[in-house]
Order: sequence, then structure tokens, then C-alpha cells
Amino acid sequence: MQESRRDFLKASAATAAAAAVGMTLPSEVEAASKAGESGWRWDKAVCRFCGTGCGVMVATQNDKIIAVKGDPAAPVNKGLNCIKGYFLAKIMYGADRLTQPLLRVDASGNFSKQGKFQPVSWQKAFDVMAYKFKETYAKNGPTSVGIFGSGQYTIHEGYASLKLMKAGFRSNNIDPNARHCMASAVTGFMQTFGIDEPAGCYDDIELTDTIVTWGANMAEMHPILWSRVSDRKLTNKAKVKVVNLSTYTQRTSDLADIEIIFRPSTDLAIWNYIARELVYNAPESIDWKYVKENCVFATSWVDTGYGMRNNANHPKFKASEKDTVAKEVAKKVGALEGPALKPFGYETGETMKMTHNATAAENWVITFEEFKRGLAPYTLDYVASVAKGNPDEDTEAFKKKLKALADLYIEKGRKVVSFWTMGFNQHTRGTWVNSQSYMVHMLLGKQSKPGSGAFSLTGQPSACGTAREVGTFSHRLPADMVVMNPKHREHSEHIWKVPAGTINPVAGSHYVQIMRDLEDGKVKWAWVQVNNPWQDTANANHWIKAAREMDNFIVCSDAYPGISAKVADLILPSAMIYEKWGGYGNAERRTQQWKQQVTPVGQAMGDLWQTAEFAKRFTLAEVWKEWKINDKVTIPSVLSEAQKMGYKPTDTLFDVLFANKEAKSYKWPDPIGKGFANTEAGGDKRNVLGSDGKPFKGYGFFIHKYIWEEYRKFGLGHGHDLADFDTYHRVRGLKWPVVNGKETQWRFNAKYDPYAKKTGREFAFYGEFSKVIQQGTLTGPDASKPKVDLHNKAKIFMHPYMEPPETPSKEYPLWLCTGRVLEHWHSGTMTMRVPELYRAVPEALCYMHPQTAKDMGAKDGELVWVESRRGKVKARVETRGRNRPPKSLVFVPWFDEKVYINKVCLDATCPISKQTDYKKCAVKVYKA
Amino acid sequence: MATEKQPPMSERRRFLLQALQGIGLATLGALTWSAYIDEASAASMVLRPPGALSEEDFLAHCIRCGLCVEVCPYDTLRLARAGDNIPIGTPYFIAREIPCYMCKDIPCVPPCPTGALEESLVMKMAKDGHKVFDIGMAKMGIAVIDSDQCVAFWGVQCDACYRACPLINEAIVIDHSRNDRTGKHALLVPRVIGDVCTGCGMCEKACITEKASIFVLPLSVAKGKAGSNYIKGWDEKDEKRLETQKGGGETTTTPTSSQKPVDYLNDEEF
Amino acid sequence: MEWLKKHQFLILRRLTQISMIVLYFGSHAWGWKVLEGNLGSSLVMGTIPLADPFAVVQMSAAGALLGLDVLIGAAIITLFYAIVGGRAFCSWVCPINMVSDAANGLRRVLRINEVERRVVISRHLRYWVLVLSIALSAIFGVAAFEFISPIGMLNRGLIFGIGFGGAVVAGVFLLDLFGVKNGFCGHLCPLGGLYSLIGRFSVIRVKHNQEKCTLCMKCTAICPEKPVLHMIGKRSEFVAMGECTNCARCIEVCDDDALNFDIRLFKQQNKE
Repeated sequence: MQESRRDFLKASAATAAAAAVGMTLPSEVEAASKAGESGWRWDKAVCRFCGTGCGVMVATQNDKIIAVKGDPAAPVNKGLNCIKGYFLAKIMYGADRLTQPLLRVDASGNFSKQGKFQPVSWQKAFDVMAYKFKETYAKNGPTSVGIFGSGQYTIHEGYASLKLMKAGFRSNNIDPNARHCMASAVTGFMQTFGIDEPAGCYDDIELTDTIVTWGANMAEMHPILWSRVSDRKLTNKAKVKVVNLSTYTQRTSDLADIEIIFRPSTDLAIWNYIARELVYNAPESIDWKYVKENCVFATSWVDTGYGMRNNANHPKFKASEKDTVAKEVAKKVGALEGPALKPFGYETGETMKMTHNATAAENWVITFEEFKRGLAPYTLDYVASVAKGNPDEDTEAFKKKLKALADLYIEKGRKVVSFWTMGFNQHTRGTWVNSQSYMVHMLLGKQSKPGSGAFSLTGQPSACGTAREVGTFSHRLPADMVVMNPKHREHSEHIWKVPAGTINPVAGSHYVQIMRDLEDGKVKWAWVQVNNPWQDTANANHWIKAAREMDNFIVCSDAYPGISAKVADLILPSAMIYEKWGGYGNAERRTQQWKQQVTPVGQAMGDLWQTAEFAKRFTLAEVWKEWKINDKVTIPSVLSEAQKMGYKPTDTLFDVLFANKEAKSYKWPDPIGKGFANTEAGGDKRNVLGSDGKPFKGYGFFIHKYIWEEYRKFGLGHGHDLADFDTYHRVRGLKWPVVNGKETQWRFNAKYDPYAKKTGREFAFYGEFSKVIQQGTLTGPDASKPKVDLHNKAKIFMHPYMEPPETPSKEYPLWLCTGRVLEHWHSGTMTMRVPELYRAVPEALCYMHPQTAKDMGAKDGELVWVESRRGKVKARVETRGRNRPPKSLVFVPWFDEKVYINKVCLDATCPISKQTDYKKCAVKVYKA
Repeated sequence: MATEKQPPMSERRRFLLQALQGIGLATLGALTWSAYIDEASAASMVLRPPGALSEEDFLAHCIRCGLCVEVCPYDTLRLARAGDNIPIGTPYFIAREIPCYMCKDIPCVPPCPTGALEESLVMKMAKDGHKVFDIGMAKMGIAVIDSDQCVAFWGVQCDACYRACPLINEAIVIDHSRNDRTGKHALLVPRVIGDVCTGCGMCEKACITEKASIFVLPLSVAKGKAGSNYIKGWDEKDEKRLETQKGGGETTTTPTSSQKPVDYLNDEEF
Repeated sequence: MEWLKKHQFLILRRLTQISMIVLYFGSHAWGWKVLEGNLGSSLVMGTIPLADPFAVVQMSAAGALLGLDVLIGAAIITLFYAIVGGRAFCSWVCPINMVSDAANGLRRVLRINEVERRVVISRHLRYWVLVLSIALSAIFGVAAFEFISPIGMLNRGLIFGIGFGGAVVAGVFLLDLFGVKNGFCGHLCPLGGLYSLIGRFSVIRVKHNQEKCTLCMKCTAICPEKPVLHMIGKRSEFVAMGECTNCARCIEVCDDDALNFDIRLFKQQNKE
């Protein structure tokens, strides 16, 4: 067994190496792009959907995508797909595809917020869009505009939008829907390791002995990875164990040896129980060498609120919402969380004033003894009493399962991979629960080793590649840098060739905050790119009103009309994935790129083009002047500095950011693009009338390649190294850091990671973020003690179990959990247009326990109201389906805009990551 | 003109001829009618409501009143119209369009006035001794998988049928096997458990292939039948098959055994 | 007013026919509970079963052991028509009656009667069809007439959607229009035949008063079952033949008050 696994390891390393140096592997021959005799052409691309990152081959004929096949050479999926990937060829040609810009106009054809949508030219669209932008920007400055970005942007698109906002408009109000998806994973990584993204890779699946899924229904959400888990289980059924932890029974339980149904939010308590078992009852199993060499113990504030508005009396709240929101300021310590909070200085029933909401991320080093003291409450009895999620389950049986889980982790020599997705990330203590997984793994020395590690799976195809690596967040810059750090700003300004001091040092509004700013009239212009904020943001009733009733201007770029387009003022028709050059980065740090396969439909244009064209509407004089950001910060004009650099005040942002001298050095045509269209670089056969009203003939240079080559400068030598543009068009993706043409499978481990090797250590957690910190106790830092430098070390955090702000009550007796189904992607704008997928799952159902349904007198298939303090929706009852909740919980997927469940959800977030908790709020359900 | 030469027909002859004409026409009508009934009632590919008698008995009992159709909350059931190629006026459903959603209280069965839909076929004894409806006992048909076209057998992660099945993990289960081609993925393929499948057709509706690769066939079409001459020695319940057998121990005949022994022995052919 | 009086029974019959279809349809489409099902078998107010006795006879011949509901339903219907005049079903309930009447009306307008090529079909044929239905039901084990019944097709068609059944109904119309007057109802329909037998001794009957009769013969012109009026101008007596459908057209067209509904009790009958 051991031998064969080592062989496997070698083989996969060889494959990776061969791929990295561009050697042709046998299977690549068939995958190479070629014109078939029958007139179709196959070329490699990536699946449009989840974060797994499956490689596909796309067949085009007569400038249409006609078929797709799994790419047998793609290491992730080896030619397989799930049924969303199976239908990639059918997502682009839905009957209601948006093909021309649409603007709300009055009877005389002029823009009117109350008008009806009418087709307009691209020129008129950009005229109105720029006019409305300048109207508020000139008066209210960079904080009054915003972009809802995406983890589904191509890397190039995300980079262009980020650059336009941060270097052009000097605004940090750009934040991706990835905020809703993996922000807690990011903060978990940053807090623990000082650098973002997983240490391990998918090869861990084949190498591990134990797969534990925490709040991750892999069977439905990552089907291809699940088939790898299933295969691993089959190779050695006795040895390989699968444990599924969830708040309701779902399909991942099918294969599980142990299924643990826990009460929402008590995953925190279960991690601490495992750690307590280890520290108190099996200390010999602690890998002290690993811990002492590589880790310190740490903690952070607990009185940090829940990411809601800090004013329950905000005029936009309904009376029913106020009691929950009030907990942002203070709350009573509950009976369940009381024992866990005791070491942190709180008693049950005591009022906890939320004083560290803004500094929730602050953390400091504690001693092992303090750490141990924090774990003391998590006895099996206590944890079983708070964590048992199924009221019908026997407590003793539940305890046995918890013990078995702990034993699997603790067992010496047993390799363990912990996978999670939204269950952890969409959590009012999401950052904590992420950190806690590393805590257990690092105590055991089971982190950053082949077959062992805590592994955050991502939801979106480029949550890693674009949102995180490019940094399309309100506080980030590429390669894990942040706007608050002067050195990072300087470095970015240097690469971007913009004047020193251009970048605004004040972090912008995060995704939910942009919504709140719209509601408050602070943001008056917003652009939606590659996502559907009005369907995907919790407490949606507020945001619909904010969009339609406030004085603002909302632009929505999309391929299909969804809720966000419906509330917008201007809709721009976007090109879809294979209608443009692009690249995605998946959950195992694999970057993959593809070429434009077909001409976009109608007058649709890529998001990159839209961003670049918009940049043409602004001169430096308009944007690089002095701006007041808030009462304390005013950023100075950088125009004179710019003139010294050779820029003229009349230069447009397009000239400076996207069509500069360096950009133009990337010529089009380029050998790598031979035989392929490039609408941005060379125009296309449609001769779309562009933003100036003239036929668009292309920029004349290879803008995608320029963006890529500039972008990768950020990461080179900083542990984020990416290969050059052309390489990605030859290989089936590479896992960064790519050093000397070689990808990295396990980061921080000197055997595999050149950056760790450089340090001369066995392991090196070389991330630099938050590595010089204070010392203290569980109750706070001690300013009298010197700060410690944690260079190359990671933090083992002590975080307590805390209850979420809203728990079931007499009036709202049930938990509501939302999520996805295998058949549909996110808000369904693409998959609900594929007839077969629509037929398979035409509507979102309300999954509940048969007894819950019986109690309310509702039969399967009958409509019920799901109502919270915030809103209500109607859905059909399902008691026999794929998801089997306990009596205390209902589950409703969010893909169906007709079952607009985000009207019901609470917009509470993790105070550190600002990611919304879609997995728990309190509802009542009754017959409609 | 020719008839004028004929002698006038006698009353008796006229009567006999008229009678013969009547009988002849009636026979013609009866034969046409018979052919139509025979053809129409042979439409065996039709799915009937839960609790339906066997197709032959069902056709004898159904009065085509549509009461079952009227109460179906999902508009699953429809009455056959002329041209549907199903005995006209009888209730049926097309699973790919609207499957049976397996209502727990089976509203379509009690209204049946004739017993064509028989309550006892979908009722079981509850713990308290009362009879209660159990839609799980329905046998509207059985789901059959075309493993050639079902994409799960290719390795595509689908199982839409499995997740759509109201008796998930009972009527459709997932078989895991290793995918030798990739060496690291498993095939997760659906398998129908015939005893449990009710033939509701939710799987057929959900199937994502262009034409469904899992589809419901009437039991009489889809099921084979092992003779009761052999009983599984390892399965106690299998003896039940003896209950349905008629006779047993009959003389068997094959071309080999059809000759009398003496004739065979004496025929001198070698 | 005069017109209304002259058509009172016709209007009532149409009202009955249409309201039954509406009730059936309402039950299917909107879940009304007044009259569910169709003419094959129905449920009144969710409790009283009704059933087509002819279908029940066929099904029994086919070997079906029928449920109690349908047997009770058939008994109720049989009893009802045995009292109110068997073929009242044909003129007051059956939807084909409207098709047939439409064909007859058009016949009069186009004066097809006057150019008619004599196609003679015996009015007794329906009894042969009746016997044949039962025989074929027994042979094939299914209710044979229900496979081809235009009544069922039209009735179900109006409630559930008609499909190609429309062609069969059109066939009836064309037969009645261009073929034989009252071809289907008066000659072929075995259901009408059965009701003729059931209604033989029914109580509500048309009675002829010979003393008032002026022998205008409007009644026989309008009558769909002409032979039943054999007594016109000859004797004062009840229209006794089972084939009479109690449609009352003869009463309406009679300007001399020589025809009226009356109660026929066997005692009276015997006296006469």
C-alpha cells in the first residue's frame, strides 16, 4: 500500500513536471486543437461552473459551440464532467440571451429611473453610464461608486476592473460575490498562515486515509471531486473512512462511514471537542516537534458582533427585524454558549457588549496553558448537549460518533483531509471555524503533508484565480497585498506605472456594505459584473427597494436577464465564457486558460471590453485630483506627479491603464492565437458599433496577454509565481507557485515548495500578513509585553463556540438553511435555460422532516410560506427528497428566482470576513 | 331491364334474403368492431394509476368515468382520447411529461366506483390494526435503465434520477465502482430495485438525456418470470412463488420426447 | 312569449344537457363537488353514485366483478329511467342529442329530406347492436361499446379534451345529415336501445287526445321516432312504445293541445 502510494506520488509529480516544461504527453496529442474533417474544431477550455476546475474540450462549427467533451488530459477530471459540465454546449444559446444594451427610458427616449427598458446603442449606453457616474463621482467622490465583481470573472476581466477602480477611479468600492462564497476561507488562511489559499491539492484525495466533510455536500456541489473521494474509498474500504458533518442529511452521507448531524453553528464546538480530546486525553498524539517548530498559539476578541448594521433603529428596518439586529451592539450570553465563553470572561446571562466589531481581526499570541484553558469546557457531555442536531437522535449514540470522529483525527499515522465549503464559510464565525480546522490539523502535525491537511474547497470557477489572487476585494490588491499597507500600494503603483499615492489607502465597502450604502444613498452608481447580487444577497427586500426607490444608477452586465438586470437602470449584454479569451484559477491553485472559440451573439461584448471602453470616458484630470475619502482622510491630487511621468491631464484612463506603451508591445495577431478570433484585439465579423458609434475594429494589440504579463509581475518572487501567458495555452493548467516551470503540489512543505525549501526548514508558513503581533491572554492582549515576530510560523487559534445572532424561537421555531442543488448553478441564469436541467429540477423546494410537514398540515407538493422577520416566500414541501433535515430545520435552495429565498435570509456576516451566513436564520413555515 | 324477365319474388324468399342480408351486414360490422377492440386493447405500453388491476382486468373493470383523473392534484392522470392509441376513455399517464408524485393519501384510488383501481393493492396494515394507504406498494410500472445512453455509465456525475426518486436509496440506489480509465474517479451509477420501484416515473421526468435513458415500463412488459420449479435455497421468501403456480408435475414434451418410446425403438434409423 | 311557450321543453332540455356538461367540467377544472365524473359513472354531491347501466351490463358480461358503488349507481339510474321514461336520457341528458338535433335542423333548412336517397336501416338494428355489444364484451373481456361510443367520446371530450374523438362525433353528424335521418340515435345506438327496454313501463308519458286533433301531422313531422306516434288522429291513448324519448317536441308543435305529458299508471292503462 505504502509503496504504491509513493509510486503514485512520483507519477503525479512527473506528470506535473512534464506539463510545466511543455513536454507533449501522449493524451495531449488528441487534445490539441485541430480542424476535424467534418468541419468542427476541438480546443481546450475550462468548465464554466464550480471551483473544481474541470478541463473540457469545446467543439465549434460555423462559429457556434456545438459540443463539449471532458478533456482526457485534464488532471482534475480526466475527461469526466458532472451534468452541468455535460451541458456546457447548451448554456450559451438560450432564447432570451441579452443581445443589445437596454436602458430605462421615458417616452422621448431619454433615461428615466421610472422608464421601461428599450434597446439603445453601445454609444448611448456608455454616454448615460458615464454621465451618471460623473454626476455622483464629481460631487461625492470615489466612495459614491461601486462595482459588484465576481469569482466568475476571468482573471483578465477581474484584473482590468480592479485596475480601473483602484488605479483609475481611486475607489476601493469593488467587491466580488466571492465575498459571499469564500471570504471566511481567505481570512482563515490569512490569520493562520499569513497567506491565502490551500496548502494541499486534489491529489490529497488519492493519498489520504480519511475524508471528513464539514458543511460541504461534495456529492452535489463538487461531483467530480466526490467521484475521486468515492474511488479512494473503493480502493480500501476497510481503511479509508469518510465522515460527513452537516446540519441535515444530504447525499454526501451516502458514502459516509459516520454521519454527524449537528446543531447549526456548533461545528465550532466539535472542533474544540476534538482538540480537547487530543490535548487532555491523548497528549502523546500531539506532534510537538511540528507544533514547536512551526506554530504559536493565538486568540482574538469574542465581542465582535455579527456583521449587521450597528443601529437597529435604522429607518429602513421593519419592526420585526430589530430584535435580531440589536445583537450587533449587545446581547445576553446564552445558556448553550455560556460554558464556552467562561474562559473568555463571560457568564451565562451576562450582557456581552460588542466592543470589538471593527477590530474583530486583531489577534495575539497566548501560551499553551491559556489555549488549554480555553479548551477545558469542551467535554464530550457538553459538546454533545449543544451540538446534537437531530432531536430524535439518541445522545449516547451521538456521543459515540463524536468520539469516533476525534479518534480518526487523533489516530497516529492516519492521514486526514478535512474538506469544507459554504457550511464553514457562510457562518457568523466563519473565520474562526476555518482557523479551528487548521488548529486540529497542526496540533496533530497533519497539515501541508501529502494526504493530510485542512482543505477549503471553493464554490466558483475563479474564486481563487480572480477574486482572491487578483484581489478584486474592497481591501485587496493582487498577490495577497492590501490597500491599507503603504508598501503594497507603492509596489502596485510601480507595476501599474501610476503616480505614487494614487491608490486610496482606505479599504472600501465590502459586498453587503455596498448594498447598505445604496440603501443609505451613499453609493449612487453601481456596476454589476458577472454576478447576480440582487438574487444572491440576503435580506433582499431591502436591496430591491434600494435599487428601485433611491436616487442611484445601476448598471448590470449579464448574458441573461435575472433579478439584478430587472432592478438595474442599464443592462449591458455580455459575451459568455467561450466567446472571449480568459482564464480561471480553481480550488487547488490550478490556473487554466482558454482561447476565444466563437464570436459573441448579437451585439454582446466581453466584460473586459466593457471595462476598457468605459475607461475611455475619463481623463486623468477628472480622476487623479484631490478627493475627500472620509472625515479623516483626503487623498491628494497626483496630477503633477503624473505629468512628471509623462502623462497629460487629457490622457484617458484607457490610454494609461490599458493601451499604454507596454500594452501595445503585445502584438496581435500572435502565433498563440493563430486560427482563433480575438474580438477585443482584432474586432470581429459583426463590426459591432462600439462606444464611439463606429464599427469596432479591435484595439490592435493583444490586451489579454498584456494584462496577464503585467498581472503576473505582482506574484513573481512572492510565493504567487505564475507562468507566462503562452505556457497556459499549452498545458492543462498549473498549480502556483510555478517556479522554474514547475508547479507546486503542497505548499509550506520544503519537499515540494521551493519557497519553503529556501528557508532551510522542513516546513515554513512564510506568509507575511499579520505576523508581528502582541502577546496576551484569552481575555485580551497585554500591551506591556513586547510584540512577537512569527516569521515562517502559523497560528493555532483558540476560538470559542458562540451562538449565531438568530436562533429558533417560539414565533420562528425552525432553522432555515439555504444552498445549491447539483443540477443548477448559483442563481440559475445559465442552467435554468438548459431544457434538460430545467426539466430535471424546475423549481426550488422546501425540504423538511415529514413530521414538520404533518404538524403544519401540509402534504408533499403543497405550497407553504417560509417566513422570517425579514420576508417570506412560497415553496413546495418536499419530505422525501435528496435532503432530509431533522425536525428542527428546513432547507431551501436559492437558484430559483421564483422562490426568492434571500428575501428571508439574514444579512449577518462573519465580522472578520464580512461573508454572509446563509446557513442559519429563524423562520416559521406554514401552509399557504 | 333484366329483372323484368325474372319472375316476381315470393314473400318467403324476400324475407329470407332480407334476413340473410341483415346477418351478413351484422357479421361485417361485428368483425370490424372486433378487430378494433382487439387492436385497441392490446396497447400494453400504457402506465395506469396506482392500485390498477392487471391491464386485462383493468380494461374489463374501468368504466372510463374519469373520477381518478379529476382528483389528481398534479394533472398527472389523463383520459385516453381517440388517437392516443390507448383504449379510449381510460386513465393513464406519461411519466416524461407529468410523473406520478406519489401522494401519500393516494387520492385517485378511492373514487374509483368499479374497483378497476383496487384499494387493497395499495393498503397495508398499520401498527394500530387499521388499514392505511401506502403508495410505496403501488406497481404502476418499473423503471428500466438504458446503460448504454445513461451518462452515469460513462462516468459523468449525474444521478439526477436517483435524486429525483421519492424512494431515494430504496427504489434507486447508487452503485460505486472504480473507473479504470482515469484510475482516480469512481463511477456512480443508478440501479433500480425492482421490488421497491413503484413506477412513478419521477426518474424518467428528471433524466437529463435528450430522450430519457431511464424510463418506466409496465410490469408486464419489463419483467421476466422465473418458473416456480426452482426456488432460491438461500431466500426463505422465495417459496412464495409456489403460491402463484398452477399445477406442477405436468408431463413435458419436447421434439425429442414427442415420439412413443416403442415407435422410436422400432424405427431402425441410426 | 309565444315562442318561449312553443319551445319550453326544448329550452329545458338544452339547459339540462348543458348544465350537466358544465357541472362535470367544473368538477374537473375547478374541483366542484356537485357532479363529478362523466356519464359513465358519476358522484353527486360527493356521495350518491350514478352509473351507466349499459356499461355495467357490458363489464359484467366481460367478466368484471364490479365494485358496489357502481352497481348501486347503475341501479339508481335504471330505477330512475324506469319511472320517468327510459329514453328521457336520450333527449334530456345525452350530448349526442344536440349533434343529432343540429343535423336534423340543417336537414330541414337544406330540405335534404326531400331529395333523400332512401337508405333503409331497420330501427330494430339497435337491439342487434345491443346484443352484439354484450356478446363482444364477453368474448374480449372488455366493455365493447365503450371502445367506440360517440356518446362517451363527446361527453369526455367536452370535459377532458376531445382529440380525434371529434372525428367520430362529426361522423355521427354527417350520418344524420346526409345518410339516415336520426341515423345514430334512432337506429344504431344500443344505449338508446337499452333505455327503450328499461322505459317500457315508465310512468311519465305523452298522451294523445284524439278529440282535439286536427290531423295537421306537425307532430309526426318533428318526431325523431316517428313510429311511436302511430295513434295520432286514431285513438286517444298514451304514447306507449319504449322508443319515445319524451323529448316533447310533439307537444310543442301541436297547436291544438292534442298532446300533453301525463302520468301513466298501469291501472289506468289496463282500463283503457
